Amino acid sequence: MNIREFYTITENRPVARDVFKMRLAGNTAAFSRPGQFLNIALDGLFLRRPISVADYDEKGVWIYYKVVGEGTRRMSAMIPGETLDVLTGLGNGFDVTKSGVHPLVVGGGVGAPPLYRLTRELCGAGKAPHVILGFNTASDLFLVADFQAMGIPVTVATADGSAGVRGFVTDALRENELPYDYVYTCGPEPMLHALYDATNVSGQYSFEARMGCGFGACMGCSCKTKYGYKRICRDGPVLEKEEIVW
Amino acid sequence: MVDTRVQLSGLTLDNPVIPASGTFGYGYEFAELYDINLLGSFSFKGTTREARYGNPLPRIAECPAGMINSVGLQNPGIDAVISQELPRMRKVFHKPVIANISGFSIDEYVECCAKIDQEECVGLIEVNVSCPNVHNGGMSFGVSPESAALVTREVRKVTRKPIYIKLSPNVTDIVSIAVACEKAGADGISLINTLLGMRIDLRTRRPVIANKMGGFSGRAIFPVAVRMVYQVAEAVSIPIMGMGGVSSARDVVEMMLAGATAVQVGAANLVNPYACRDIIEDLPRVMESLGIHSLKEIIGGAHR
Repeated sequence: MNIREFYTITENRPVARDVFKMRLAGNTAAFSRPGQFLNIALDGLFLRRPISVADYDEKGVWIYYKVVGEGTRRMSAMIPGETLDVLTGLGNGFDVTKSGVHPLVVGGGVGAPPLYRLTRELCGAGKAPHVILGFNTASDLFLVADFQAMGIPVTVATADGSAGVRGFVTDALRENELPYDYVYTCGPEPMLHALYDATNVSGQYSFEARMGCGFGACMGCSCKTKYGYKRICRDGPVLEKEEIVW
Repeated sequence: MVDTRVQLSGLTLDNPVIPASGTFGYGYEFAELYDINLLGSFSFKGTTREARYGNPLPRIAECPAGMINSVGLQNPGIDAVISQELPRMRKVFHKPVIANISGFSIDEYVECCAKIDQEECVGLIEVNVSCPNVHNGGMSFGVSPESAALVTREVRKVTRKPIYIKLSPNVTDIVSIAVACEKAGADGISLINTLLGMRIDLRTRRPVIANKMGGFSGRAIFPVAVRMVYQVAEAVSIPIMGMGGVSSARDVVEMMLAGATAVQVGAANLVNPYACRDIIEDLPRVMESLGIHSLKEIIGGAHR
């Protein structure tokens, strides 16, 4: 199977403070589930940069990234027409069949993008997801309108109260008294942990790690789970709530 | 037609390209991507007596033209490797494989080598006395001629398979260690393991790697590796598996000119999972462009 592709940038623009949206055209045959990621090679940098995929179709993918270091800074300066060497279809992704009719979908910051396709697929499967998106402040908000366009309830929380509910996603959860039977989430680890403690239903949690290869060869991102060691890049990034060891 | 075959201690390899231990697992991940039977062989993940989780995260740091890893010999232990990993590996790889064995004591090396000696699919044992990422393990045996020779002598007693001792570059005189291994009965030498390195995060002012330091590999170390292979080839008459920063067919030729009979590819596999396939596909064209008919003929060519 071929997972190495050369994608052409068709769009690359800022959508929030330090957050960029990039559209890439190319073969997406290796993608099979929401929550998978791609691993991008950048000139002059040895290791690839893993970035989660917001959505894909037969023509290409759509990603968001936050400028946090040298790699993402270089990406932010790229223009449409440039090509990127990418490894595609990486990671296990979310399983939409696991939830009941009322899944809760919780994203934190740049953890929100992989939940976009997930939510689209949940809706497509006849489920009624409720989305909670957490950010630090109003100028960090992105993707909110895209989730709202699916015609589902979307609650926003900001740590400073400049948009939506003041506080964290767990505060928004408490205020809303939502009926939910399952949790899908991606975001900073403290948020995942808080959500783990604040909910008493099963769920799938997507983790981040500093990776070497991104496809399971180097053991650079192994973590302990209740059922043995797992590679975040290959056996994850999505772990079942029941197996997580904090 | 060019001839890419090489002879390595009685094994005929279709080509000298071998993924290095720790960058190729037991082969399954790569077997999903291409037919790994086109490889000369591969060296599987470093194996110890007991199962090991390895070091805390982060284990990986970026460097100019390379990377630092501090995985710390994560592996399921020799018994699980034999009962679970090797049967699965044999389904996707049908050539003799290289068993990479590590240890924290002479007894552990001996026990692991004696067990792996029973495995028909293992064509050669690579004894790692050079892991920089575990305390009191591996590398402590590889830093002196006496202790490297001791490991060699003891494992020699328990196996008839060819033994290659994998050496560390983090020593004063790698040549004297290689010579001591040869005298102690090694069939060949593998070099080089990673160079001990460190990166510091400017914002947190702390080492990037949780274990503080780790093994530096990748393109940047290629000249160091070529130099050491050349020096060791001057001093020993047993074959050498050369490695360290190899990432192209031209690098393979250069490493063989320095004295390597086979060439391992490490970090390049992690950046491009098809690296070894691409190198093998490139080799005939590169050989033709350099007027090389048979790769065997160029081994140690730079010494003449």
